[in-house]
Amino acid sequence: MLTRCGSKHGGLVTATSQVTPVGKAAGTSSRPVVGSSSVGVFMRITRMALQYKLRLFIGLIAIFLASGFQLAIPMLIGSAVDAATGLEEGSLKIANSAVITLIDTTTDIFGEGSNPSKTALIIIAVLLFITSVGRGLSAMFQNYMGESIGQSIGYELRMLYYEKLQRLSFSYHAGVHTGDLITRGIVDVEGVRMFVQTALLRSVFLIVLIGTGMYLMLSEDLVLGLISLSFVPFVAWRATTARLKLRSNWYSLQERLSALTKVMDENLGGIRVVRSFASQDHEMKKFDEASNETLALANVQVGIRASNISLMGVAFMLSMAGVLWVGGLQVIDGELTLGELTQFLAFMSILLQPVRQIGMMINGYARGSATGGRLFQVLDIDPSIQDKPDAKDLEITNGTLEFHNVSFGYEEDHTLNGVSFKVEPGHTVGIVGPPGSGKSTIAHLVPRFYDPKKGHITIDGQDLRDVTLDSIRKAVGVVEQDTFLFTASVEHNVAYGDPWAPDDRVESASKHAQLGDYIDRLPGGYDTMVGERGVSLSGGQRQRLSIARSIMLKPQLIVFDDSTAAIDAATEQRIRAALTELTKDRATIIISHRLSSLMHADEILFIEEGKIVERGSHEELLTQGGHYNDLYELQIRPSEKWQQ
Amino acid sequence: MTDRHIHERSHEIPPKASIKLGPTLDEEVFGEAFNGQVVGRFMKYIAAYKVLLWVAITAVGVFTVSSITIPLIVKNVFDDALKDGAGDRSKLATMVVVFLVAVGFNFVANYFQELIVGRIAERILIDMRRAMYEHLQRVSLSFMDKTEIGKLMSRLQGDVAALQEFLQTAVFAIGDIVLLIGIIGAMIWLDWRLGLMTLTVVPILLIIRIIWLPYARQSFLRARVTSSIVSGALAENINGIRAVQGMSREYVNYDLFDIRATDNLKAANKASKFGVMMLPIVDTLTGTAMAIVVIIGGFFVLGGTVELGVMVAFVLFVQRFFDPIRALTMHYNVLQRAMASGERIFEVIDVPVDIKNKPNAIHPEEIDGSISFENVTFGYVENQPILKDINFEVKPGETVALVGPTGSGKTSTTALVHRFYDIWEGSVKVGGHDVRDVTQESLGEHVSMVLQEPFLFSGTIFENIIYAKEGATREDVVAAAQAVGAHEFIMKLPDGYETELEQRGGNLSLGQRQLLSFARAIVADSKILVLDEATASIDSYTEMLIQQALERLMEGRTGMVIAHRLATIRGADRIIVLQDGRIVEQGNHDELMANGGLYSRLYSMNYASFDDIPDELIAQATKAARESST
Ligand SMILES: Nc1ncnc2c1ncn2[C@@H]1O[C@H](COP(=O)(O)OP(=O)(O)OP(=O)(O)O)[C@@H](O)[C@H]1O
Ligand SMILES: Nc1ncnc2c1ncn2[C@@H]1O[C@H](COP(=O)(O)OP(=O)(O)OP(=O)(O)O)[C@@H](O)[C@H]1O
Ligand SMILES: [Mg+2]
Ligand SMILES: [Mg+2]
Repeated sequence: MLTRCGSKHGGLVTATSQVTPVGKAAGTSSRPVVGSSSVGVFMRITRMALQYKLRLFIGLIAIFLASGFQLAIPMLIGSAVDAATGLEEGSLKIANSAVITLIDTTTDIFGEGSNPSKTALIIIAVLLFITSVGRGLSAMFQNYMGESIGQSIGYELRMLYYEKLQRLSFSYHAGVHTGDLITRGIVDVEGVRMFVQTALLRSVFLIVLIGTGMYLMLSEDLVLGLISLSFVPFVAWRATTARLKLRSNWYSLQERLSALTKVMDENLGGIRVVRSFASQDHEMKKFDEASNETLALANVQVGIRASNISLMGVAFMLSMAGVLWVGGLQVIDGELTLGELTQFLAFMSILLQPVRQIGMMINGYARGSATGGRLFQVLDIDPSIQDKPDAKDLEITNGTLEFHNVSFGYEEDHTLNGVSFKVEPGHTVGIVGPPGSGKSTIAHLVPRFYDPKKGHITIDGQDLRDVTLDSIRKAVGVVEQDTFLFTASVEHNVAYGDPWAPDDRVESASKHAQLGDYIDRLPGGYDTMVGERGVSLSGGQRQRLSIARSIMLKPQLIVFDDSTAAIDAATEQRIRAALTELTKDRATIIISHRLSSLMHADEILFIEEGKIVERGSHEELLTQGGHYNDLYELQIRPSEKWQQ
Repeated sequence: MTDRHIHERSHEIPPKASIKLGPTLDEEVFGEAFNGQVVGRFMKYIAAYKVLLWVAITAVGVFTVSSITIPLIVKNVFDDALKDGAGDRSKLATMVVVFLVAVGFNFVANYFQELIVGRIAERILIDMRRAMYEHLQRVSLSFMDKTEIGKLMSRLQGDVAALQEFLQTAVFAIGDIVLLIGIIGAMIWLDWRLGLMTLTVVPILLIIRIIWLPYARQSFLRARVTSSIVSGALAENINGIRAVQGMSREYVNYDLFDIRATDNLKAANKASKFGVMMLPIVDTLTGTAMAIVVIIGGFFVLGGTVELGVMVAFVLFVQRFFDPIRALTMHYNVLQRAMASGERIFEVIDVPVDIKNKPNAIHPEEIDGSISFENVTFGYVENQPILKDINFEVKPGETVALVGPTGSGKTSTTALVHRFYDIWEGSVKVGGHDVRDVTQESLGEHVSMVLQEPFLFSGTIFENIIYAKEGATREDVVAAAQAVGAHEFIMKLPDGYETELEQRGGNLSLGQRQLLSFARAIVADSKILVLDEATASIDSYTEMLIQQALERLMEGRTGMVIAHRLATIRGADRIIVLQDGRIVEQGNHDELMANGGLYSRLYSMNYASFDDIPDELIAQATKAARESST
């Protein structure tokens, strides 16, 4: 009647939904699980909940107790009204025979002198008090068990999700927007947790409560019972249709929200581009478009909710009017006591809250199936790169890397075609080639970020696919072309691969990367924060930090993927000089556009469209007079010549 | 979860791994329950929907009143129509009709309150977010450099949602207060003695609440903070996944994450203990109140001083009585959170815009393309100048190159041309106007930049190249792509110019991304073109082709080029050599080579082999470089 709990929660849930920076993974279809599979989602969540047997057991007991207490209350109230109308008149039809027995016994004890009505009232009051306390306690256990199972499942999902993301290979990560993954890990886990916490146990409670309530009312008086329950089918029907509508609305809304998140995230990430093109208006337009689309969908949701809540409310109250009318007539005809009528009304008002909660639970279910589906989608992906069941650790005998006729493509295409080469310890292979020719792709194959489509790659004769990923990545260090630094201090970034490293190793790695002087000049030294992705560093400083990070681990094989492009030649040479000691007995691959970086490699590969088109030492390549020679000419030729 | 993880979990935080994760405690604190300033400013956003808001409040009022009326009608049914067997059918019928009317009002009011409040809340959510976002478009880069995007995003989303929740709650809170007053009034009106006695439980509840609140708040706060720490850790791992996998940090990170997630689990469980604790308390008090009604009310009825209907109404009221109180305390938390969120939102909106257009800033349609730096001193951090007393001039149509060791201040110099930052001393002029005297939009129009770090947006290649250029055609886009030698690879992609790029252009090679970012700058068709290492990730051959195409494109335009590969800039009209934030040499390639200074040494190293270069030479080069800078 007066509760507004349902609506409040409805509001809360939608409010959270607004946070949802959900993303639709570009490339990978994240079309939500539709239709019957949403049942599958619930089954899975339920199965997870079933692990917590003790808590579930306590929770279920509490549910039965709570519904028992809950339903006893209207009976007691009915009895109280009957008692108050006067026992003497013999019209006592107190519903609960136990109460009558109790009253009889106490009247016996106190003797005939006491007023039976008053005794009855006192006893009923005591019983009401006890029942209420019981209801409160059992509700407490029920809610706590629900929440605690929800929390545990949330924890479990988080850990599983985190673990899965760490194992999913590059090919997966390349295709999803980070915002989308973050959302799934935060908002969707929260959605499932909320579902477990508020909907799962509570729906059992509601079923038990409404079921017993219905049974009691029907057995009490079939006609009145039917009238007072007449709202139930209507509510059930609304609930089902609304759930379907809400679910598809949730899906679209999350997609739109993800688009909006993407717009905002990229705008802030690409702020320098936005500023340099003074394109704020353009960006605002993008924002408004995305934002208005979410508004439209959110408004639809508000509409569904409003009509749901009010219609369910009105259905309930119409049945109440029916009870008043029919029950009133029966009272007038003497077929019903006032107490019984009160009992019906009290029953109804006890049922009001659960009925209201149905609205909230529909939302919970809709959200649970949307979010759970999105989570399981990620959890179910098999990483395309993973250890074989019988994989052993890589055994480094001397550290020779060999590509045997390797072909590879990101999709159907052929990015690499029959690439073969060998790097021995203490040797260096240099790779040059135009943009997009496949150099970084080669670099990514060495630590087995991807698997070749054809051919194979070995380190000391062991196929990379036969050994553990962990051991490969410990042995191979790649200085990525696209530097990523963490929003942390210089020290944490350098020591990222080995956070237990002592200070002197961090310092010596930084010095080797020619970063030492710079860091020493910083007021905060190694504790200086580098800003997001290292914004407060110059391009060359970022690259040197990333070099320091890799060499600190002293990997057996090192790949420098164009990692000195933003570093001047003098500094680069100092880095090389400092690294000679480190690379003396290690296999090194240097990818660079600057020929001075790799002209002294033992072998230089010129890659074009994924094929090695020229190979040999610097001198050999010059005499061949091919592409490499052209590049060399371009880089050393005096300016006058190439001006025209 | 692999076995390994379970076995190796050490739960020991490595000394160098305590990366700052997520917001700190002080950032998350709950605000006061009522912060006049926040509310006042928030009201301004609401004011736009004043009319709707009044409709909503009216609806809430009608809803509340009709909700109170319904038990009263039931009472009348009992007392008038059904009294002691002397039933009256026509009275009963009237009552039921009145009841139905009340239900009708209740229904309509309920629908509209939900609908309107919901809609206003959604609208305001968008408005607030937009205000913040729009402001962020103007906030200066020096602020943005220090701010993590994730934190801004959490304000743009989480905090805005908290305020939205507040608005919804606030309207209903008004309803709750009205309801509470209504119930109390109705009870006292029906029978003041019984009413007062029943109400004795209210102060008890309030006292318990007051004792409970600070503890509960503390535990809710901890749950929230630990949860945002977990989110931060997750986000960091996702963003840096390549580095994580490349360096096998998975196990360490997993353990760290587990520690954080476990922390959160504990905190959340504790918080829910505090939450559910109130249930038996409230129910005990409800039970007490009902017992009072039954005993006292029942005795009164027996004694004939009170009518039965009153007792029935009381029972119905008592059951509903605690709901608004419970809701109000719940609102209290929402309110507090909203105040904190409001502060965080207004904090963003209040970030001063250091760099803004002067009121009388001009917007020249055409400029001559000259650039001049006069005694410019600039730094990012106070007292740490990065550029020191820089003087140079670029004439219209000239191409000037900036070279120098890494970290010498080249990128910073170009940033000043576009007024990304304001300088400490001196002046920067573009087209003869001090950059502080013209609008930022005009700088955007006349200066286009290829940034050192290519950044592409999700979307098609075409959208990325044309970007914000109004009036550019497909032909312009293709021509620009051809000029930078990107056309060929774009056409090889299955969807050509319509190929969708992944986040930050992840499905292209770095060189290809750089070419697109270059093409974007060309489409912008500005008088001044700044190329910051625009071809660093591109081979010399492709670069030469670009240079040739640029010859034509650069006609009549001014160029500012930065490169470490000195072959790139040999053709420049003038070369400015920077070292530690100072200009150490200027001149064309031949002059500088003849000079034998830093440039000539850098140049010779550029194509010399590092094995060949004796250490002494390196030492000499750096030493000389240092000397020349002092
Ligand atoms: N946003 C920033 N906040 C604080 N310090 C910065 C910021 N950007 C650059 N710096 C510092 O200013 C100095 C000059 O940096 P700048 O980017 O101008 O160098 P650069 O000459 O472009 O170097 P590179 O060739 O490595 O790109 C560096 O020491 C760098 O750490
Ligand atoms: N994640 C990816 N998904 C799909 N295609 C990709 C992906 N990464 C690269 N490619 C494509 O594969 C080809 C080779 O890319 P790669 O990064 O190996 O080039 P690269 O030789 O390193 O070039 P650059 O000199 O520009 O760094 C390019 O055509 C590129 O568009
Ligand atoms: Mg590459
Ligand atoms: Mg730079």
